[in-house]
Amino acid sequence: MRIPIETFRLANGLLVTFSEDHTAPIVAVNIWYHVGSANERAGRTGFAHLFEHMLFQGSENVEANEHFELVQRAGGTLNGSTWLDRTNYFETVPSNQLAIALWLEADRMGALLPAMTQQKLDTQRDVVSNERRWSVDNQPYGTWWEKLPALTYPDPHPFHHSLIGSFEDLKAASLDDIAHFFATYYTPDNAVLTIAGDFDAVEARKLVESYFGSIPRGKGKPPLPDMTLPDTFGATLRETVEDDVSLPRIYLAFRSPALGEDEYYAASVAGAILGMRKGSRLQRVLVREREVAADVTAFTFDLPKGADLLVVDATARPGVTAAQLEAAVVREIERMRLDGVTQDEVDRAVALIGTDFVASMQQAGERADQLSRFATYFGDPSLVNEQMAKYRAVTVEAVNQFAATRLGEANRAFLTYLPREAAEETSVAGSVSGTDSREVTA
Amino acid sequence: MSKSTRPTPGSPREYHFPKFDRRVLVNGMTVVVAPTHGLPIVTVLAVIDAGGVAEPSGQEGVAELTARALNEGTPKYDGETLTDYMEHLGTSMGGAAGWDSASLAMTVLRENLENAFVHFAEVLVTPTFPVAAIERLKAERQAELMQIESEPRELADEQFDQYIYDSASRFRLPLGGTAESVAALSRDAVVAFHTARYQPSATTLIVVGDVEVDAVERMIATTLEAWNGPAVPDVKANDKPGRLTRTIRIVRKNDAPQSELRIGHVGVPRTHPDYFSITIMNAVLGGLFSSRVNLNLREAHGYTYGASSAFDWRREAGPFVIGTAVASDVTVPAIQETLKEIDRMRSEPISESELSLATSYLEGVFPIRYETTAAIAAALATLTIYALPEDWYDTYRARMSAVSVDDVLRAARAHVKAESLQIVVVGDEDAIREPLEALAFGPLDVVSP
Repeated sequence: MRIPIETFRLANGLLVTFSEDHTAPIVAVNIWYHVGSANERAGRTGFAHLFEHMLFQGSENVEANEHFELVQRAGGTLNGSTWLDRTNYFETVPSNQLAIALWLEADRMGALLPAMTQQKLDTQRDVVSNERRWSVDNQPYGTWWEKLPALTYPDPHPFHHSLIGSFEDLKAASLDDIAHFFATYYTPDNAVLTIAGDFDAVEARKLVESYFGSIPRGKGKPPLPDMTLPDTFGATLRETVEDDVSLPRIYLAFRSPALGEDEYYAASVAGAILGMRKGSRLQRVLVREREVAADVTAFTFDLPKGADLLVVDATARPGVTAAQLEAAVVREIERMRLDGVTQDEVDRAVALIGTDFVASMQQAGERADQLSRFATYFGDPSLVNEQMAKYRAVTVEAVNQFAATRLGEANRAFLTYLPREAAEETSVAGSVSGTDSREVTA
Repeated sequence: MSKSTRPTPGSPREYHFPKFDRRVLVNGMTVVVAPTHGLPIVTVLAVIDAGGVAEPSGQEGVAELTARALNEGTPKYDGETLTDYMEHLGTSMGGAAGWDSASLAMTVLRENLENAFVHFAEVLVTPTFPVAAIERLKAERQAELMQIESEPRELADEQFDQYIYDSASRFRLPLGGTAESVAALSRDAVVAFHTARYQPSATTLIVVGDVEVDAVERMIATTLEAWNGPAVPDVKANDKPGRLTRTIRIVRKNDAPQSELRIGHVGVPRTHPDYFSITIMNAVLGGLFSSRVNLNLREAHGYTYGASSAFDWRREAGPFVIGTAVASDVTVPAIQETLKEIDRMRSEPISESELSLATSYLEGVFPIRYETTAAIAAALATLTIYALPEDWYDTYRARMSAVSVDDVLRAARAHVKAESLQIVVVGDEDAIREPLEALAFGPLDVVSP
């Protein structure tokens, strides 16, 4: 399976990707700006995400709340999301509504600031503060996605601090910050635009050139500090949190190769062997055989710069302590590190990843998002079509090499959650401090 | 093209819900096949009339336990071998139960369909339900129940259902069962439930994707035509409300920074003739981002990250509920604004602009909903579960756009019962009890989860 891809660049630097598919009369428009929480300055944690909210508050020719209304009136779905190193905006609409979707994206890329007011900023600050309460503070284990990156990316690494931000920093954000961030990062040369689905390439190109062509190029953005990190943490890191949770949970993170490196695919397959579906090692042994875990999964953050994380997320069965759960997880990690994996396990993992990939490519929005991802990170959307070949090329030796070098004690970070009242009974040593990670949507 | 001029849409390209072939085998099983030739992928979905509503009294949770235990073993293979075999084919089978049906589903590459289907069929018809697997799944459900106690959203949903339904209603208790009911379930109960409900006449097998109708029907007939069994009796949940006048309940969650609010009452059965006008009414009230409650609570007041309303559609009346999470100190103002929106919905017609937003959204989004084989299969399952006519999706958009402003007002007056509203708040009692008492909405009580 290969998806068709055509790319071109406007004079102002906007990288445009087209992928036609006329199966259904719908089309997806997707923009990635190459800016995320990593680009925030000190004292402004959460700003990239707050800014994303402001992009739905209107622009020069669009009233407040009209962006959502116009897309929904067109029969479309839409949202945006902020991540450590990028922010995306996307809509899927009936194919005869392509023009309005492009026009809306262009109006806010070209002329956001005339619509910005203090009142809108104050309201969105309240909305985001409530989003923080909802997704972090009033959710069991909700702080993990602040605490795990804080534990694993040493301060002042750009991935160290909170993506959703602190109440204090959100409060400090001003209209001047909005203007500055917009001028610095929301420029055509710092963005990619993808159109996927049912459209005519000639007409679409005319629309893109007409709406986006006159938006001026940016003046360049400040470079991020050097993000490279040693291959391992250099020690076992630990943080233990007593929280309003019912069952102990452990997030065990390993520093792992960045997305796009050859070793990344071996890491991803290792993660699938450990935690993808019921036949994975951890689910089979911890959930089914030993019955010490209620649930366990493994996943990567998929960061293309610096270093990625491979994370095992295990929740204890009632009656099982965090220490018992940790011992059981570590036993399986050690087994993989010392004894390696089999061809059979690699085959299982690649087969599952392959089916999921094809299933996800059925959706125009997902195709567009993946194309934007590879266009943003590597300047080459056609890498989407290479992904499965890269997974199929992963060998037992490559997975074993990853396990041997990355799963040892010097590269483990344990973030452990304990039910508050049971906290005294279980002793798990150590404590570090905390901040951020997963994707946040508008 | 001036940049300040908004583009207007071109003429829409026609879209039709995928054509499907539906037939009944001699054993009474219904087979639905929808060929869609996009990518080389196929979804297989078995829908069985074996949901929570069909459970014997006192065995709450047996429907879900049975569905989850289906793939734990067949006479030929134990659960681990089955899992391993299917995952090497790049797929896994998931059993699940809803209120009105149970399901078994897999999505698989075309090239693996035949091999995977052999096991799919065995799991559906001849599961062995090993005792050890049943006990493990029961323990997993107990862990889930413990997790819900500290998870305010699910806790609010569960507590709301318990609050609004009559004590004799199955809907009062969680679909997966309570700690007590699950503890009492045995392998015998699972086997008995499977025998009673998983019968060919109560099963619809749906196949969607890169397939040909004849070949798939041959595959199914070869594998499953020998499956025989009796008809299953119809069942009822009893959807009677437990309360007819306004009351309010606080569910304690000490030090919670937010109140999880649920406001509503027992709603309407899925097959109610007002389905379309209710759907539009709900879209305007709280079904869309640009709906009244979201624009009010989120965009005008900044009380919340989001607020929405929904009718939970079941064969019998599921809950109608407006849900949101607000900072504790604005709990009462948020309730007052919500009540205002409910009153406004019932007292005056919506604007033509609100109507056209809802209808054009629901019409336009229709093809976007059916991009995947899994989504098309789920839509076909809906036809079976609610016994809807075969042309349901062909007439859907026309019927939706025929709804008028007057229809919406009638639907609001008939189906949003302002005098019977119930409120459940999961939150910090110390912060919210006094202001909620002062609100004088109705009799108030406080419970611990």
